[in-house]
Order: sequence, then structure tokens, then C-alpha cells
Amino acid sequence: MTLDTLKPGQRARITAVDTDSIDPSDARRLLALGLDTGARVAIAHKGVFGGSDPIAVIVGRMTVAVRRAHARALSVEPAAHTEEVQAGA
Amino acid sequence: MTRQQRLVALAGNPNAGKSALFNALTGARQKIANYPGVTVERKAGRMYSPAGEPIELVDLPGSYSLDPSSPDEEVTRKVVMGEFEGETQPDSLIIVIDAANIEQHLVFAQELLSLGLPTVIALNMVDLAERDGLVLDPAALSEALGVPVIPTVAVRRKGLDELRAALASLDGAPAREPRPSIGLTERRVSAEAIADAAILSETATRRLHAHLDRVLLNPWIGPVILAGILFFVFQAVFAWATPFADALEGAVAWLSQLVTANMGPGLVRDIITEAVLAGVGSVVVFLPQIVILFAFILVMEATGYMARAAFLMDRMMSFVGLSGRSFIPLLSSFACAIPGIMATRSIADPKDRLTTILVAPLMTCSARLPVYAVIIAAFIPRQSVGPGIGLQGLVLFLLYVAGIIGAMAVALVLRRSVTKGAGSGFIMELPKYQWPQLKDLAIGLWQRAWIFLRRAGTIIFIATALLWVLLSFPKAGPGESQVDASIAGKIGSAIHVVVEPIGFNRDIAMSLVPAMAAREVAVSSLGTIYAVDSDDEDETAEAVTASVAARWSLPTALAFLAWFVFAPQCVSTIAVARRETNSWKWPTFMVVYLFALAYVFAGITYWSAVALGL
Repeated sequence: MTLDTLKPGQRARITAVDTDSIDPSDARRLLALGLDTGARVAIAHKGVFGGSDPIAVIVGRMTVAVRRAHARALSVEPAAHTEEVQAGA
Repeated sequence: MTRQQRLVALAGNPNAGKSALFNALTGARQKIANYPGVTVERKAGRMYSPAGEPIELVDLPGSYSLDPSSPDEEVTRKVVMGEFEGETQPDSLIIVIDAANIEQHLVFAQELLSLGLPTVIALNMVDLAERDGLVLDPAALSEALGVPVIPTVAVRRKGLDELRAALASLDGAPAREPRPSIGLTERRVSAEAIADAAILSETATRRLHAHLDRVLLNPWIGPVILAGILFFVFQAVFAWATPFADALEGAVAWLSQLVTANMGPGLVRDIITEAVLAGVGSVVVFLPQIVILFAFILVMEATGYMARAAFLMDRMMSFVGLSGRSFIPLLSSFACAIPGIMATRSIADPKDRLTTILVAPLMTCSARLPVYAVIIAAFIPRQSVGPGIGLQGLVLFLLYVAGIIGAMAVALVLRRSVTKGAGSGFIMELPKYQWPQLKDLAIGLWQRAWIFLRRAGTIIFIATALLWVLLSFPKAGPGESQVDASIAGKIGSAIHVVVEPIGFNRDIAMSLVPAMAAREVAVSSLGTIYAVDSDDEDETAEAVTASVAARWSLPTALAFLAWFVFAPQCVSTIAVARRETNSWKWPTFMVVYLFALAYVFAGITYWSAVALGL
């Protein structure tokens, strides 16, 4: 599954980054912000007024805003036991 | 021979607190210029070593890596590598790391360390990290990285002396051996290992910003709060600025009277009262509004809320092909398009940035206010159209809305034509929430106010003085009107031919030329035009209002308002657009399309009003 399908609060681990499906400079920026293979992530917030763009992703100790198109390029593996986490914790 | 002054550069990730540390180390002794050939600001200041020796400190743009993805990052890369032409390589580096985000910031820090420059690390904002339950061991970090690590709290001036001492100890020390640069993934793995070893304790306290984000980024409540904040900001800009603006206006009038009373009549006195005080004074009056709007913008930026506002606005902006990043420059453009256009530098996507620059002049800047205010006061009756809603205020509001809709429509068209390209991305770090620091706000406000006063002051002074000369010469013969006889009158008559179809009279035509300097000059120009004949020294806005109300028809006045929603009557904006796009092509395009829109919409307004029998 990909990051955009994750529910808010659900923890996961990035397993692959499909850099070919997004703009190269966007890909560079995602990697620079730590959205790279192996990173532990969670979704804090999704969209405005019921839409699904943009997405606030928690990576490490940071919150990063991305578009759904970027999140779709990040394959994730949800944490084995889905624990409800505090957004931003 | 005196030794050359040491050059030290501050480098690090965005949101590491670099600017706060820079302010703390240099105080108000700062110089802002541009790097030659690029539009990136070079912020330099002077700090002193413990021995009292002056050191030049440069604040480099925040970067995520030496592999640049924006013009800002390109500058950082070139400067630290000594490849920037006209800029010497720094003698040493201060790498600023946010203690609360250490794993991430160590990734870039390692890349910088591999350069081999003498380096000190400022482990900044240790207090906030501790608030979040994260205690770090600077000694362990220093051991692992091989350079001094100084814990600092820039905003409380903690650790500054230690940082200066550590920096002094580097002086004369041999350069460290450059280490082989390792790849991003390796740096990340090692950053985590180094961080893990340096973390003394970590308790899972609930972080403040998670709580705030749950409300402020809530998909439903968040946008409502943002709308409320923006509404409050605009209310404040108008309500709070009035007493200050009135006081400034009074001071200018007082000065003018003082000059009139103490100087004999003559050319010099006329230049001072009619050109200097009337012209420059008409601009200075808007300083309070600009300062108040910027105070809010700076607070929103310093607290970390601005990034949330960009997040919430992203969806709306994406409808017209822009991203949330464009929100910040466009909001600044409500004060003045010049800082707005300069703020587009943080937009990484070049086409996104260009589109934002091209539509920024459509945001209703404060220079349009005097134009709107004069016409509204002269033609729109002071009546109520609903509880608490006056007709005059409603018209002003509609003019603002017209600007916003215009900007969005133009962006939509541009993104599908001249700035066509893949949908721009929106990737942005949402920084931690922080209390704004009064000193940093004061420095930021002072810098913006000064840029406005200097830039606008010089240009408006020249334009008004020039118009005054053109209006005053050649002198009219007996029985002839001075305006008719003057050079300005002749020029006005020529332009009148072009603007007559959209309902403009010759006085308007004449005022449009000096108003190229700045929109508000239209008001002072009309004042000068109506005053030159009557020999009235007092060219207040009220006098203009009365003259306009007596001489113009309502359709003409409405067309004049529509014209100013679009017309790019501001050479400073054009000059800034030229500098920021590094070409004449885009500013020319901007001027042509805006004048075309102004002409068409003023015409539509005029003919509709005439047809409706207004």
C-alpha cells in the first residue's frame, strides 16, 4: 500500500520510494526531508473540508506537508500492531 | 599589515533558529544586500570575538542539503564550497542544529562537516527540546562529530559567550581533513546512530504542537480559524492605523505651514511644500498600515502558524495551479507588492514562482487605498445597506474581492498558457510552534519599514517634483489657465485621446503619468492639478474629494476605480519584477496584460454605468 491510503494516526514504515512517478526536484526534496526508505511515518492530518489534499505526514520528530501525488509514490508497510497514536506524537 | 577580518558563515536546515542566532550574535548591526547575479538575500552582520576582534557573520539561506533544489540552496552550496564568484569562502562555519529535531538536522550537518572547514556546532533551542522531554549530551555529540558542540538558546541569549569562545579557539587552527562525502542514505543511518548515542533521556511527553495542530489543522475548524484570523488582521490594519496615519498627516501639514510661515514666497518654498511635503507626505501616511500588516505577518511566521496557513490554503490555490507556498507572498502583497514579490523566493518551482510574481500586483496593496478612499468619499453615499454594513465599506470590500478574483483568474489562465507545466508540488516542513521574540519582530519590522520608506520616498519624491515642474512651466499668459499652458497639460491632452473612450477626462489622463511612480501619486497629482490654478497651498485629500465630486460624473469615477484594480501603476513593482525574474520579458508581459485588463474593465464599467443611467 502507499502512504496516501494510510489512516490518520496509523503508523507505518516506508519500504520504497518511486522517484520516477514524481517531479525529480520534488523527489529530491522528499528525500532531503527524510521521507526515504526505512523512515517511520504516520499521517497527522489529511485534507481540508473533506478533501484529501494536502497531507501532513509525521516523519521522525518533524511534520511535513505533501500532496497526495507525493504520498502515492511512497510505498509503506503498516506497523504490525496498529496502535492509535496521537497526531504529532 | 592588518589581518583581514574573519568571515564566519551560519549554515543549517530551515527552522533551526538560524536567524534568531544571527540576530542574537550581531544585534541590529546588519547589512542586507543581494548576492551578485542572483536574487537571494545576503544577510551579513558584525559580531565580536571574546578578545574584541570584529568578525563578519553571514547568515546563509537554510538548506536541506548541498544538492540544491532552489536558488537559495544553490547560494548556500556555492558559498560554503568557495565557488561563489565575488564571495570569499568562509574561514569557519557555525552549523545550527535544532536540538528537538536532531536526527534530521544531523543529515545536512554531516554533509557540511565533510567539507573540512573549521566548524562549531550550535545545538540550538535546547530549552524547547527539554520541554518536549528530550535531553541531549553535547559532549557525546562533540565526540562523535569531532567538532565543538555548544548548547544554545538564541532567543534567551544562552550559550552565546561559549559559542564565541569556541569560535575563537578555531582561529588559526589547521583546517580539518576533508572527509570523503557519503551518500544520503548512509548519512541518515549515521545521523540516527549519532543521535541515539547523544540522547540521555527521552520521555514521551505530549508535545504542545500536536495539540495545537489538532485544532489548527483540523480539516473543518482549521480553515474557519484562518478566515477569522485574516478577517481580524484586515480589521486591525484599517482600525488601528487610523490614529497614526492622522498624526502623520497632521505632522506633514504642520511642517508645511512652518515652511510657509518662515520662508519667503519663491521657487524653493513651492518645491518644498508642493513637491516634497505633498508628494512624500502622501506616501508616509501609509506606513502605519504597512507596519501593522507586516507585524501580523511576522508574528504568523515566527510562531510557525504561517506554514499551517499555507497548508490550509494549498487546496484552494491548487485549483488555479498554484500551491500553498504562494499564499505567503500574496498575503504580503496586500501591504505592498514589492516585499510580496521578494517573498516568492521560497517557492521552489520556477513556473509557480513566476505565476505568483505576475499576479501579485493584483492584490490590493495599501497604495490603492488613498485612490479608492478619495473616489468612494466623493461618489458613494454614506448610507447603510444592512446591520453594521455601510455602502462605502461594501464598495471597498468589493474592490478587494475584485483584485483577488482577478488574480486567481489570471493565475488559472497563465498556468494553462504561458507558464504551462506539470502541476507544481507542495512539500513544506511545518515547524514547531514558538513564541515570537519581540527583538526579532522589531528588527524585521524596522527592515521592512525602512525599505518601504527609502524606495518609495525617493521614487515618489522624484515623480511629484517632476510633475510639479511640468505643471509650472511654461508660465501661462494672461487669461490662460496654467494647466492648459503647461507641458503636463499638453501631455495630458495627448493621452486623453486614448482614454476618452473609457470615460476618463483630461485631468485623469494627466494624473496617470506621474502615478506610474506609485498609485497614490494619482491623488496628490489631482490635488496639484486642481490647485495649480487656484493658487491654493493646501492640497489635502479633502480638497481633492470636493474637486472630484464637482467635476467628474459617476460613471467616470467608477471606471477610475476599475482601472486601479488592475493597472500596474508602480515602477517599483516593475523594477522588482525585473530583478526577480532577471529579464525584461516578464515585467513587460506583466505591464501589458495588466494595462489591457485595466482598459477593458474600466471601459466595461463606464459603458455599463452609462447604459444604466447612473
